[in-house]
Amino acid sequence: MFHYDAIDTAMVADRNAEFRDQVQRRLSGDLTEDQFKPLRLMNGLYLQLHSYMLRVAIPYGALTSAKMRALAHVARRWDKGYGHFTTRQNVQFHWIRLSDTPDVLDYLATAELHAIQTSGNCIRNTTSDPFAGAAAEEVDDPRVWSEVIRQWSTFHPEFTYLPRKFKIAVTASPQDRTAARAHDIGLVLRRNRDGRLGFEVIVGGGMGRTPYIGSTIREHLPAEHLLSYLTAILRVYNRFGRRDNLYKARIKILVASLGAAEFASQVDAEWDAMDRPRLDLPDIELARIRASFGLVPFRTMPPRSERFEAARSDPAFARFARNNVVPHKIPGYGIVQVSLKGIGEVPGDCSADQMEVLADLAERHGHGEIRVTHEQNLVLPHVPLDEVPALHAGLAAAGLATPNINLVSDMIACPGLDYCALANARAIPVAQAISRTFADPARAERIGELKIKISGCINACGHHHVGHIGILGVDKKGEEFYQLTLGGSGAEDAAIGHVLGPALGADKVADAIDKLVEAYLAIRQPDERFLDTYRRTGVGPFKAAVYPDAHQA
Amino acid sequence: MLIRLENDHFHTVEDRFTAVDDDAALTGDGAVLLSLTRFEADGAALLAAGRDVGVRIGPADRIEALAPVLPSLALVALEFPKYRDGRAYSSAVLLRERYGFDGEVRAVGDVQIDQAWNMVRCGFDAFETTVGPNAWAAAARRYRHVYQASADNRAPAFVERARVVRDAVATVG
Repeated sequence: MFHYDAIDTAMVADRNAEFRDQVQRRLSGDLTEDQFKPLRLMNGLYLQLHSYMLRVAIPYGALTSAKMRALAHVARRWDKGYGHFTTRQNVQFHWIRLSDTPDVLDYLATAELHAIQTSGNCIRNTTSDPFAGAAAEEVDDPRVWSEVIRQWSTFHPEFTYLPRKFKIAVTASPQDRTAARAHDIGLVLRRNRDGRLGFEVIVGGGMGRTPYIGSTIREHLPAEHLLSYLTAILRVYNRFGRRDNLYKARIKILVASLGAAEFASQVDAEWDAMDRPRLDLPDIELARIRASFGLVPFRTMPPRSERFEAARSDPAFARFARNNVVPHKIPGYGIVQVSLKGIGEVPGDCSADQMEVLADLAERHGHGEIRVTHEQNLVLPHVPLDEVPALHAGLAAAGLATPNINLVSDMIACPGLDYCALANARAIPVAQAISRTFADPARAERIGELKIKISGCINACGHHHVGHIGILGVDKKGEEFYQLTLGGSGAEDAAIGHVLGPALGADKVADAIDKLVEAYLAIRQPDERFLDTYRRTGVGPFKAAVYPDAHQA
Repeated sequence: MLIRLENDHFHTVEDRFTAVDDDAALTGDGAVLLSLTRFEADGAALLAAGRDVGVRIGPADRIEALAPVLPSLALVALEFPKYRDGRAYSSAVLLRERYGFDGEVRAVGDVQIDQAWNMVRCGFDAFETTVGPNAWAAAARRYRHVYQASADNRAPAFVERARVVRDAVATVG
């Protein structure tokens, strides 16, 4: 696993000292809340409805057992005993006191964790593939490049006060588990015909009130020029992105207004004029970073595990094996996904006790590695198949063996009006109601892959635009209503969903989802996912199922 | 107050430039600071008269427009209308790196201590601020290392690390 060297440690220590000073100035009244706000945001500290919330970065979603234990300690000592994993592979603590934050950050630094640039109009935590280093089909380890970007973007002097927040995703697999096309920049690693590593550079994707799927501005950027090219993109955006309107300030608006071709040519002009060798990472540093990720001591084992197969006689294990375990690049290993979407629970929430159980189990069965997914689940990326039954038993004992990955109850939901000052409507109770509607695991499996994503407001933190079924909370004269969209996807087949019809009352949503699912089951063809059926038939049968009267009229 | 960064040292200086409004008369023979519009009208004459001239650039002004006259300018002042507005950082980097401007690059407007390191790294060497020079210097030097190349020519972490490796190899050799 990658570890800090003395320079990385000093960077975080210097930042924490700076923030301790800023908090002191705020508490003494030297800084007004207005002056303090952009400073605290760049250290992940939000003021929410009930208290401060601290968002801790999990760079490229990669945790170790030691880091997970540190998060458990923060949850227990400074919060109410739990944390919330987010769609950006971060973890949030919702009940932090301002005066405690410098101590929390110093403690996190001892475990190589921080809250740097987890908010504010700067370059945020880079999203990466939670299966990195384990997926059979990846062309390179995307964490290497994510770490390159982490360093380059940390305290970037020119790009700390951008028009708006900026999110980058890196994936190296054909199957996109990062929602790369919904990021400000999506980077897809590929080898060209000569075997050279390069990035497809996708710019201007995003959610919010004007969702866009990003445009490809370069098919194959030679990997060694990543940093100079990113600098060129960011410079064009920093200079010419809109700053007059918060809702038009993301890079997607600049790309859309210029057109992708013109934006690309401005970036190229900037890139051509740069002193690239000064900006690009030298091979020796890339090799250093690469070496630090490549040291998992895999064992040589037969591809088939008798113990794993025998355990399937337990129907609960068999279901877990079918839905939560996927093949690993090394024979005899599996990638085990841990759902944080227990039936009726809050998506993404994890108690301190559960974090510690996960840390122990990962150490015992999974080389001490844990990943966070953008779908608010966790992954133990390297588990010998022989040990999956024991791991499953350990997870089940902690309430962490819900066998629903990619199924209907594996929903994304933002914190919504229960926590968030921006929200118009609650998201969590809606998710809980849907989850209870589909509590029968056999039925959920029959339905197959179905991604429901719920946002409590138009800012779309719950990614509703790219849900197979998206749910958007809106406020109508003080009452919560929910608008459904169908046909979105955040994966390699990325698309923005279409509005199904008039918004529904809170008590009608779960029932409407049930009707959509029944409509799908009635008309699907073999091997069709919900999304595939929708794409084949269009909205007609689904609209008729939820709005029968409108259909007749 | 005006803080200058000279030879790695932050200190307070008297501002020798007189800011001249667009509709004000030009008097005396000292250094003047003009808007881009005023400079386009009167700059050539002032330079011909041997006076030091500075130009004040707004965040939306394209720094490229100044390129042809940069060698004759003594000062470029870059405005921060709000400290959240980060466009002037890119302008400063371009002045130093692209155009090789070695005159004074001054931060004016909403200039706060928490931006000191950003400004210094992007090539500013003058700061119009209410902060004292010692506090400003401490904030500008807060970070012992930097991760990326910018206009201040500090060695990024990857250069420092390569140096350590090179030194180790040299010792073994």
